[in-house]
Amino acid sequence: MNLAADTVGRPAVNISIFALFVVVTLAIVIRFSRANRTATDFYAGGRAFSGRQNGIAISGDYLSAASFLGIAGAIALQGYDGFLYSIGFLVAWLVALLLVAELLRNTGRYTMADVLSFRLRQGPVRTAAAISTLTVSLFYLLAQMTGAGGLVNLLLGVKGTAWQDLTIAIVGVLMIVYVLVGGMKGTTWVQIIKAVLLVLGAALMTFWVLGKAGFNLSSVLGDAAAASPKKDAVLNPGVKYGLTTTTKIDFISLAMALVLGTAGLPHVLMRFYTVPSAIQARRSVAWAIGIIGVFYLFTLVLGYGAMYLVGADKINAAPGKVNSAAPLLAFELGGTLLLGIIAAVAFATILAVVAGLTITASASFAHDVYNSVVKKGAAAPEQEVRVARITAVVIGLVAIVGGILAKDQNVAFLVALAFAVAASANLPTILYSLFWKRFNTRGALWSIYGGLISAIVLIVFSPVVSGKAANASMIKDSSVDFHWFPLDNPGIVSIPLAFFLGWLGTVTSRERVDEAKYAEMEVRSLTGAGAERATVPPPRSEEDALPEPV
Amino acid sequence: MSTIQSSPGEAAPGASASGPESYLDLQRSPEFGELRRGFRRFVFPMTALFLAWYFLYVLLAAFASSFMSHKVGGNINVGLLFGLGQFLSTFVITAVYVRWADRRLDPAASALRARFEGTQLEGTQAGGEAR
Repeated sequence: MNLAADTVGRPAVNISIFALFVVVTLAIVIRFSRANRTATDFYAGGRAFSGRQNGIAISGDYLSAASFLGIAGAIALQGYDGFLYSIGFLVAWLVALLLVAELLRNTGRYTMADVLSFRLRQGPVRTAAAISTLTVSLFYLLAQMTGAGGLVNLLLGVKGTAWQDLTIAIVGVLMIVYVLVGGMKGTTWVQIIKAVLLVLGAALMTFWVLGKAGFNLSSVLGDAAAASPKKDAVLNPGVKYGLTTTTKIDFISLAMALVLGTAGLPHVLMRFYTVPSAIQARRSVAWAIGIIGVFYLFTLVLGYGAMYLVGADKINAAPGKVNSAAPLLAFELGGTLLLGIIAAVAFATILAVVAGLTITASASFAHDVYNSVVKKGAAAPEQEVRVARITAVVIGLVAIVGGILAKDQNVAFLVALAFAVAASANLPTILYSLFWKRFNTRGALWSIYGGLISAIVLIVFSPVVSGKAANASMIKDSSVDFHWFPLDNPGIVSIPLAFFLGWLGTVTSRERVDEAKYAEMEVRSLTGAGAERATVPPPRSEEDALPEPV
Repeated sequence: MSTIQSSPGEAAPGASASGPESYLDLQRSPEFGELRRGFRRFVFPMTALFLAWYFLYVLLAAFASSFMSHKVGGNINVGLLFGLGQFLSTFVITAVYVRWADRRLDPAASALRARFEGTQLEGTQAGGEAR
């Protein structure tokens, strides 16, 4: 663990600011620990968050390290093609707003499976939904953990695996503590604080870059193109995805997974249960769209700013490569202190996201598998929450070990894979069960397992895992090549396949529609009659002002 | 196939068809039919619209690079305007939906909920989670 020669900033500053964040959030989490007695408290924060609070927390949950560091870096190196990601990530929220959020809030209780299994056979459907939830959450978790390990090289000024392993372990332990002590309420507050810090940090840097350019976006773009080795091409689509017809189709495949994946991400769906009503769920999404949209506009400026203020050579030479563009830009603008703040924000980002993923995965196991399948719904709430806590510890340990093992891997694709699996395995079943009366158990199982398996199999046999030149695949030895699927992204095949299988399974099954259950689900989803209530009085500002769409 | 069971541990109050107005009665009422029709008439075309607009953008970015690269002023090109247009359309659709839902969806939905819960209270004592 020798000090890296190309360290920027002072590690002591970075560590102190991060430690401050940890102390403050832990204090808040401990304050809320006493309010964690029932299952509704632990899983859904008592359903007492306002739409605005939940909208900010959703932004905190959604704007992962991939969003902040990844997109800014992708724009800094590839220009316009990096911007395409953020558009997919944003437009996706309209699916959640129009088709999913409110109906899900009214129908379910704690997990995605509550909705999927509402009128179908409990055991098999809940099991399938839980498997899919755990898969998506673990992929996402692993990507965040390895991201944390990679970040430490740049930010703490150390090279060498011991420090990286230690950082991954610290992130994992903190995540377990947040979830165990704070439950959903504590996790939500961590996400709210992180979202505020992240957006403020990005706003500060954005206005700094724009200010230097006389608030002229055209001149930012011009300077960026002039500084880039690819010149004007970075302002146009196609640097990364326009090379061949295959890369173009790959891009369309990615675009499908991004826009359809968000409304199938279990940790996003679970956040809708933390508000008292469908109206507040609607407010949540509106706030989230406003915050996330503005944030992605910031990353556009940050990316192009880093392109000329830092430069592609420096970014590529830094330990974190593409992920280091935003921190390097912070150092360029505001020196050691701003770098320290942005570094701490980046760690906070990872912590808040992994805590949200952990609580989702543990809720799914305890509520769907343990209580509903193993105990046939007879487990006491305290028993169920105890299992959820144990699961959170197990998942935390798995994430630590997995993160350490995978830290040298190219794992950026794991987030894209999580989106592809969510779009294939979860979204078709969610939409069918909400909107198609005839949909039945076989349709749900075929769609979930078909989407899940096809997405994973296609990834395993894609160039992402083997066959790319120059260490670009997961298996770095280029003589090992077993890929036969030409695309990096499976969505263009697996998403339509899952929709098709959901239809095929339904029409070939003789299971009769449970009219009463369907009526209950439909009435409940649209009117909120019989929906789960808040366990504590809602906050005073029940009628939140609408966020002003920017 | 009599394996369809009501969800264990999830049983909502008043789910049975006995006693006061059942979910089935309410679902078959003309008022509910109108609510459902109104909701679907708004969200389905809107979803089709934004998905078509999004995929138009994606296809143009992939296959019409020279069109997207056309500069319209300074270093601002068509592609950037299209991209920012996606942001704008997302914000506008959000605002339009929230406004519509607040004005049209909520009054109808809460009237039906009040009616349903009112008849439930006359019969068995209903509630959310009894805690």
